[in-house]
Amino acid sequence: MYELLKGLGAWLVSSEQWAGSDGIGHRLTEHLQYSLLATLVAAAIALPVGLLIGHTRRGAFIAINLSSFGRALPTVGLVVLVFLASGLSMWPVYIALVALAVPSIVTNTYAGMTAVDPEVRDAARGQGMRWHQVLLQVELPLALPLIMTGLRLALIQVVATATIAAYVSFGGLGRYVFDGLAQRDLVQVLGGAVLVAVVAVVLDLALSALQRVLFRHRPATPA
Amino acid sequence: MSVDWSWIADHTDDLTALTLSHLQAALTAVLLGLLVSLPLAVVAHRVRRLRGLLLGLSNILFTIPSIAVFVLLLPVSGLTRTTTVIGLTIYTLVVLLRNTVEGLDSVPARTKEAAKAMGTRPLRTLITVELPLALPVIMAGVRIATVMAISLVSVATYIGDGGLGQLFTDGFQRNFPTPVIVGVVLTLLLALVADALLVTVQYVLTPWTRRQKRGV
Repeated sequence: MYELLKGLGAWLVSSEQWAGSDGIGHRLTEHLQYSLLATLVAAAIALPVGLLIGHTRRGAFIAINLSSFGRALPTVGLVVLVFLASGLSMWPVYIALVALAVPSIVTNTYAGMTAVDPEVRDAARGQGMRWHQVLLQVELPLALPLIMTGLRLALIQVVATATIAAYVSFGGLGRYVFDGLAQRDLVQVLGGAVLVAVVAVVLDLALSALQRVLFRHRPATPA
Repeated sequence: MSVDWSWIADHTDDLTALTLSHLQAALTAVLLGLLVSLPLAVVAHRVRRLRGLLLGLSNILFTIPSIAVFVLLLPVSGLTRTTTVIGLTIYTLVVLLRNTVEGLDSVPARTKEAAKAMGTRPLRTLITVELPLALPVIMAGVRIATVMAISLVSVATYIGDGGLGQLFTDGFQRNFPTPVIVGVVLTLLLALVADALLVTVQYVLTPWTRRQKRGV
């Protein structure tokens, strides 16, 4: 165990490990690129859906079942399936990651919208606001903390799962995990895993700091 | 991409065996996760200082990619079912712990005070008052953890286990979609059935929530 940790320390700080096209710097950039793009696409799909379901209070049954369906979908199976259908392309990775992220965002957005006090909605309507004004100027700001929680959860899951890109021969930090696995090189596997966990934790902390700055004027909501 | 139905017909025995092994791994992990998270949740609920630490730690465990967890357990438990189950248990912990703590938090202080005033000892209060009242929130966690575990078992295919996940590796290596499709469908079915069973269990275990809904 001690030897493993010593090896890991040396692996993480050695300069040749960080440089070049298969260096940590490049793999880190790839990993961030996959994760952020997938989360953005997922948000672009999931936010409008969650907002509309929350606003109209229709289709909640679908939203809740979608989330448990999404959790049940085996990512490895999905990646392999899309890979066999599409051949060597980035599609398997992005489709699997987006499918993973959408449910968390939809359900949290929906939960945030339903948590808005009905009296506030009624007051907004009573003032003559149109439905889109109620949605964007009243409900959305009030639901934002929970929406952000959903985005953070989705991002953590996507960062951890983007490892799988390496399985279908792409890059990202998963390269170290799968190459290490193939070469029985535990130090490399451990290094990749630690880096992924660090990226996920750092991104989560950054988003939660952003959340605190954005909602300074509000009483803290439990995360 | 078409399904080769004759392959399915020829492999029903294998598919049944894989499905059962898949289910066994997931259920063992959730049960172990409950055994570990219950005492931890009680500690996190009662000792405020440890709460952030325990929840934070379980959150960090959750961010480690599952494939890496399995591989890192190899020196400890080797290419065995034990590795799969330990890895899955680690993943169920974050959901089970968070929900159990939230469930215990949701028990009204007045109810606990009433139990105390009646002379009920703390352990007894926990078992007969707090845990039953926390059950709906705990069960919500058990449902999420079970569905998650069922979907994650397949990742263990990289370490030679993985139940239905073996169908994914098989299809990938032979460029043959049928096993992959069958594996995905069976995993989804398992998750759906397990979730429906848990809803039924919860329905039976918490008769008082039904009375409340009817407004009696």
